[in-house]
Amino acid sequence: MQMSSNESPPVRPRSLGELFTVFTRLALQGFGGVLPVAQRVLCEETRWLSRAEFTETLALAQVLPGPNLCNLALMIGDRYFGLRGAFMALAGMIAVPLIVVLVLAALLAHGADAPWVVDTLRGMGAVSAGLMMGTALKLASGLKHSPLRRIGAALVALAAFLAVVALRLPLWAVIAALGPLSIGLSALLARRP
Amino acid sequence: MNAVLELFFHGLVLSLLAVGGAVSTTPDWHRRLVEEGRWLSDAQFASAISISQVSPGPNLLFVPVLGYQVAGLAGAAATMLGTLIPSTSLALLANRWMLARADSPAVLAIKAGLAPITLALLLAAGWLLAAPAPHRASWLLTAACALLAWRTRVHILAMLGAGAVLGLLGWV
Repeated sequence: MQMSSNESPPVRPRSLGELFTVFTRLALQGFGGVLPVAQRVLCEETRWLSRAEFTETLALAQVLPGPNLCNLALMIGDRYFGLRGAFMALAGMIAVPLIVVLVLAALLAHGADAPWVVDTLRGMGAVSAGLMMGTALKLASGLKHSPLRRIGAALVALAAFLAVVALRLPLWAVIAALGPLSIGLSALLARRP
Repeated sequence: MNAVLELFFHGLVLSLLAVGGAVSTTPDWHRRLVEEGRWLSDAQFASAISISQVSPGPNLLFVPVLGYQVAGLAGAAATMLGTLIPSTSLALLANRWMLARADSPAVLAIKAGLAPITLALLLAAGWLLAAPAPHRASWLLTAACALLAWRTRVHILAMLGAGAVLGLLGWV
């Protein structure tokens, strides 16, 4: 059951309108992080991307500056419909959520810091944390065809995880230190049969 | 007008510094708007962050709320466009470069090499988000949701709703 969505043939968005509505739909479900919903919707519901493709696009979106999920939307839109697709996907990701957040800002001049809001957000935060970790573990199945092999990918991932969690290195430092190493290793191992 | 232009300019500058996502620029926005600009109080800044947290969508949306608090809708548009134009242009160029060489050994190595790092960073982000949780019940909820997201198709909104209710009841 785990593999079924991964091995199915690629599906592509039918129109710019569909691109917009799919990204709007997923953005509006993203409380405390859009990434877990984006993975669900793009890999499992619409099946526009395999898990490996999703991870690769996310990787590029992450090493570049800017909001990761907006970069991701832009790249997916660009891939299917060029510049118009890029802007349509990005607009889907931000237009309606922007209206929602500005209406809230106008209504809640003093912020959303009532005790019950804080309590609710704390509970949702615990869920978001779990969703992020669960999504990472799920996407790891897409690494099985990596030239790094499972063991190489696992070692690189462990080093990156510890660099952030134990050494508290900033993200750019982790990418600068481990990125070239991991990319070099991939290039080297890919040459071997 | 002056404030709007200045907000746009702050956005442009911070856009390309936002490696690791929009949230990484929060301290810079605070410095420019609260400490140096004296446009917002600490309380207003905190309220912009809290409003963006209760709202769905990408976490970049705290940026237009800050702009809105300084200069209304024009301020929101200025910060949003300022932040998006540089990073979006760069992302498009990089994507085109990668797509044009999709099968080259270099691009394949870049993708394969970055993939495990990306997943580890996602795992670490979840870990750090859960770390300050006050009680064991929060950790249990986090672990349960990680397992459900990994292994099942339980709807994400159902899990978030359950978390909201448990938080409201004071259980987590």
